[in-house]
Amino acid sequence: MTAAAKTEANLGPVPEGFDRHTVEQFLYREARLADEGDYDAWEALWTDDALYWVPIDGGGADPQQQMSVIYDNRNRISTRLKQLRTGKRYAQAPPSNLRRLLSNIEFLGGRANPDGKVDLEVGANFLAIESRPRGVRLWGGRTTYRLRGRGGELRLAYKKVVLVDNDQPLPTLGFLI
Amino acid sequence: MTAVIGSGYDRLIKHDKVHGSLYTDPAIFAEELRKIWYRSWVFVGHESEVAQPGDYVRKRLGLQDVIMTRDRDDQLHLLLNRCAHRGNQVCSDARGNASAFRCPYHGWTYRNDGELVGFPFFKGYGQRKLDLALGRVPRVDSYHGFVFGSFASDGPTLLEHLGGAAGEIARLVRLSPEDRVELTAGWLQHRTEANWKLLAENETDGYHPQFVHGSIFGVTGSPIGALYSDNSTAVTRDLGNGHSENDLRPEFRKFAEPMRWFGTTESRVPGYVAAMRTKHGAEAERILIEGGPHVMVFPNLFIAEIQIFNIQPVTVDQCIQYSTAVQLAGAAELNRRMVSQCVGSVGPAGMLLADDTEMYERNQAGLASLTPEWLDVRRGLNREAIDENGYTVGGATDETGMRGFWRQYKSLMEAP
Repeated sequence: MTAAAKTEANLGPVPEGFDRHTVEQFLYREARLADEGDYDAWEALWTDDALYWVPIDGGGADPQQQMSVIYDNRNRISTRLKQLRTGKRYAQAPPSNLRRLLSNIEFLGGRANPDGKVDLEVGANFLAIESRPRGVRLWGGRTTYRLRGRGGELRLAYKKVVLVDNDQPLPTLGFLI
Repeated sequence: MTAVIGSGYDRLIKHDKVHGSLYTDPAIFAEELRKIWYRSWVFVGHESEVAQPGDYVRKRLGLQDVIMTRDRDDQLHLLLNRCAHRGNQVCSDARGNASAFRCPYHGWTYRNDGELVGFPFFKGYGQRKLDLALGRVPRVDSYHGFVFGSFASDGPTLLEHLGGAAGEIARLVRLSPEDRVELTAGWLQHRTEANWKLLAENETDGYHPQFVHGSIFGVTGSPIGALYSDNSTAVTRDLGNGHSENDLRPEFRKFAEPMRWFGTTESRVPGYVAAMRTKHGAEAERILIEGGPHVMVFPNLFIAEIQIFNIQPVTVDQCIQYSTAVQLAGAAELNRRMVSQCVGSVGPAGMLLADDTEMYERNQAGLASLTPEWLDVRRGLNREAIDENGYTVGGATDETGMRGFWRQYKSLMEAP
């Protein structure tokens, strides 16, 4: 078991100091930046130890030994965004037209972070509508976020997106989900 | 235009061009199912996916829902997921371990070799045994663990079919210090709105990488682009029977650096390099320098150094790409890196394959335009040569592989 898979279980109590309204506004903003392809602003949300993960087969497997749709550390998030910014990432050039809804936002608990503090773990359901020349497609699932309070601002340390159809053939996923 | 079914493929397939209807005509697709997917040897999966007796995994072979099983005697079977009673699916899980499959509809039960072992309320049949079983793919064979099925009860053997491609599969397996490849990392499933042949042709097309993948090569400083440049010493080889490869070894030999093919150096993977030297002795340097194959095995297995693709058709304009990372037995040091690199590259969000797939889909869309009616596959005809093994060889960016694909395709489609 890797750190990422193992820590799924070890969730502490919801940490102090995270205001529900502020957290929700942060999640909505993250969603809007992804929808609008604002790559610079989206990238600035992440911490240095970031992990962005879209698993298959339910998301219970060890991502270092099993395939994932996306399993990006901070460095690879940066590479992915650099590729998008070239304008020649054809899977996203022209970009998808997107809008997503977040709902069922739950504060799930706390998780120790490398700064010796505690990140807030939040769960939310989402529904994204993607329009491309290929057609309109609905993407839906459950996202788990880990948020870190830093300098009075929130940062995103972890985003795991479990698609409802993660065990089925998926079309190209060129946008930031 | 509508094809003349069963004959006349020479009207659609010329040595230097192929007709657009080959990718768009549902009647041709139906004939491909009969003459290629349900006749020729087709890659299905890998023995390591059903490592233990009783293990099973659902696979696709053409449009068929196939259960790959390993029985208690270690025999592999490819069973069709259809009850002999009313046609219900007997297996609903993607994988598992079971000695038998019980149809949920009326409780008919089949052993994992396909034999019908029981059915409830036998008095209604006046007997305890019925002469029924699950359908089976009649011929199942494997090569270095790669499992193939053929619906033809006779015909060329798997080894005859693999021909010149067999050596490339062996070359992959030789990268394992234990001479064994495993495909145990799970498969990404990428739905693609394009005819399957556009994928098969593209796999050893050395012309596209600099253009389709320029975005990722540029931002990562990847040396892969240079392998497929106009002055690359790599070659494209028609291996016969529709198989083809991009042989990158001439480029890797130029640098003569162990592990360059994997984008790393031997100091980063010392345990693996040492194990390979112990295993292969004097041969090790060559193996470590030359790396893995980049070979398309007709009609649907593509081995791209560290990743494996299984292409299966759905309709004339849709197919599924299954992709996974190669895992080399005895090379733990490499295996995680292979999963990581592979996840970055392939599948619906892969930084390489999502762009290939975008090209497949735009290609399919473009083929709806009425003219020009043909697709051009002449590139490199002016500079092909025959190598020491009798294979036709073109330059790194030439369409030699495509022409080999179409020769095999035509021969299978023109067979009665």
